[in-house]
Amino acid sequence: MVLSNKKIAVLSGKGGTGKTLVSVNLAASAKDAVYIDCDVEEPNGHLFLKPKDIESEPISIKIPSVDKSLCDGCRKCVDFCKFNALAYIYNRLIVFEEVCHSCGGCALFCPKNALSEKEKTIGEVQKGVSENVSVITGILNTGEASGTPIIKKLMNEASTLKEPTFIDCPPGSACIVMDSIKDADYCVLVAEPTLFGVHNLNMVYELVKLFNKPHGVILNKCLESENPAEKFCIEKGIKILGKIPFDNQLGILNSNAKVAVRENEEYKDIFSTLLQKITKEVLV
Amino acid sequence: MKQLLILSGKGGTGKTTIASAFIKLSEAKAFADCDVDAPNLHLIMSQSQDYKRTDYFGLPKANINTDLCIQCDQCRQNCRFDAINVDNFYTVSDHACEGCGVCEVICPEGAISLKPAVAGDLMLYIDNAVFSTAKLRMGSGTSGMLVTEVKKQMKSYAVDTELAIIDGSPGIGCPVIASLSGVDMVLIVAEPSISGINDMERIINTAEKFKTKTAVCINKYDTNIENTEKIMAYCHRLNLPFIGKIPFDKKAVEAINNGLSIVDIDCIAGNETKKVFEATLNLLSED
Repeated sequence: MVLSNKKIAVLSGKGGTGKTLVSVNLAASAKDAVYIDCDVEEPNGHLFLKPKDIESEPISIKIPSVDKSLCDGCRKCVDFCKFNALAYIYNRLIVFEEVCHSCGGCALFCPKNALSEKEKTIGEVQKGVSENVSVITGILNTGEASGTPIIKKLMNEASTLKEPTFIDCPPGSACIVMDSIKDADYCVLVAEPTLFGVHNLNMVYELVKLFNKPHGVILNKCLESENPAEKFCIEKGIKILGKIPFDNQLGILNSNAKVAVRENEEYKDIFSTLLQKITKEVLV
Repeated sequence: MKQLLILSGKGGTGKTTIASAFIKLSEAKAFADCDVDAPNLHLIMSQSQDYKRTDYFGLPKANINTDLCIQCDQCRQNCRFDAINVDNFYTVSDHACEGCGVCEVICPEGAISLKPAVAGDLMLYIDNAVFSTAKLRMGSGTSGMLVTEVKKQMKSYAVDTELAIIDGSPGIGCPVIASLSGVDMVLIVAEPSISGINDMERIINTAEKFKTKTAVCINKYDTNIENTEKIMAYCHRLNLPFIGKIPFDKKAVEAINNGLSIVDIDCIAGNETKKVFEATLNLLSED
């Protein structure tokens, strides 16, 4: 059974749950795979996979640029902009680049053609290779407000791939997460065994239900004590794909940014089994 | 009012655990949860079941009147967000629409208008203290604006309070920038892992842009002593106050699962958090 061009999105509702651990190790367990890091605010997968032969491509958005000699101060652009990215102060049109959503309206509707658009780099996409895994990482520059344009670029990239693809999603359930799972064939939800964990799991569970995506849960950091997340899955009838124990060795490998399945047979078994299980679910 | 913001660059480092401990220790009369994507603070801090809920309206969304639409395709061609779908009719995808209004202006038939849209819920608990929190509706994208509302709501109901504690949002993007604006000090909670160090560097970089007083502490420091030392050295190099380290403690998980803060029970993590709290207050009161 092979996954071929299937897209598996890994979600958690919140950071720190183990999305990167799960997606990196699943990708490393497959024969050939692509790992895409959509957590563009804090991309961490590349720290583990340490890809080589990196090629970067800057990602830019369009922001307005004013030709002062043509602007007659009619303020049509200022009145139009819903994001308050433009202001006309002391006979001068000012652009607030950070709040601009790049809708293009100001340039489109300026009666004097005084506004045009220029490119502004907000981050980059890096591609490299780590053994059997092609690694694609989106990185948002610090101080930039939205990573959406980078995620869109990553998803376009993903749509052309022939290998099984593991998508490390951003935390939460906001619009950027939706962009990341829109084309996924299957969603893996990672959950922590705490009260917070249940609350966060419920959020992404609602999200995958809304998008009608087949899904299953991996319970991470399992301790011997009662697991509220497991209880939640059983009550709601959500498929549990497997459990990853909380153990110091895995914690140390992980905190030193090592790919667990490449270091240790025991974890190799755990993630291979998880991958088989997911493959079965996806190919049903 | 002095505002202390707790940030981490990423979720799961213990922001909420530490924020809730600080709230208990300081008996803060005002606090807020700015993680509007996945708020958790209410799970251990909600004082009563009674709260005031208000609709949060994000930016309006476009709406196409199909009776007037002549299918000229102008709206779709000019929409930068791919929010216009064409099936039998032209419709707008609410999740993709950012409410910019280009389609409304460009439509030659006046078939498109912007309609107000509820993007989230604001909650306010007033009991012994003012607690402001919110939850963004699924798929909404205006979390920065909602964060600003959460802070505004807290401030307007707690005008005479000396100290306010704000549980920040993860990441470095728009909601974090909104949580940062106007606060007096940022406490960064770092995790001693390679990825934690990476996240910490990115959030320090972001906080620097706001010229906000910043200090760092480490949570679960004993899970990787070597990385803990790296973080301490990094802070030393940057001249950032390093104000303490909290050990990993299984009792902390138990406390949270029982809806308690870690200073409500007797545990090592709680005891060390008390020291971090004192150091934070000392720094905050310095000018």
